[in-house]
Amino acid sequence: MIDIQLNETALQTQACIEFVQSDDAGGIDVFIGTVRNATKGKPVLRLEFEAYETMAIAEMRKIAEQAIDKFGVKRIALHHRTGLLEIGEAAVVIAVSAPHRAAAFDACRYCIDTLKETVPIWKKEVFEDGEVWVAAHP
Amino acid sequence: MKISLLSFGIAKEITGTRFMDVELPDSATIAALRAKLVEQFPGLAQLAAVKLAINGEYASETAVLNDSDEVALIPPVSGG
Repeated sequence: MIDIQLNETALQTQACIEFVQSDDAGGIDVFIGTVRNATKGKPVLRLEFEAYETMAIAEMRKIAEQAIDKFGVKRIALHHRTGLLEIGEAAVVIAVSAPHRAAAFDACRYCIDTLKETVPIWKKEVFEDGEVWVAAHP
Repeated sequence: MKISLLSFGIAKEITGTRFMDVELPDSATIAALRAKLVEQFPGLAQLAAVKLAINGEYASETAVLNDSDEVALIPPVSGG
């Protein structure tokens, strides 16, 4: 079972955990990506996330389906924020449940690593002296 | 034929708009659209790899466009 969400409001980590909880799962792994206060030593004031919403949701669903196929996990919740985020807020929450811990860890890592490569969401870092779209230029 | 083009992130800043219509010859490919866009918006050529998607799916350079397709300019993604 898969729960995919793009939210403009604060992500609900507990809801992700509750979604994946299952009597036949012996392990739940959770990854939370948060807004860091600096990039390469330069203070970051906040982040802005923009998404191609329909495609982002479809790509996130593909990743969850692939993770279930590859690692035999039971349930995955994958929630991503959009809009303005302050330092410390969660940008992404991934929760995975599996019968045993190894598959949960592996599937969770697969989800975040693949999300960063394929899901059409963009992050803009806002500094005191300007703004930069992350990874835009070579 | 006419396709609708969506631009996101840095690409939106370069094209100046999230939505625009683009006129193309019938059976134009993604490669042809890319060439036209780079000519119109030279800033796109300065970006790290820009992908294009047709109706929400990543598309190859040889993919053929159809009238009223929704095409998206996808600069390097940076979610998570």
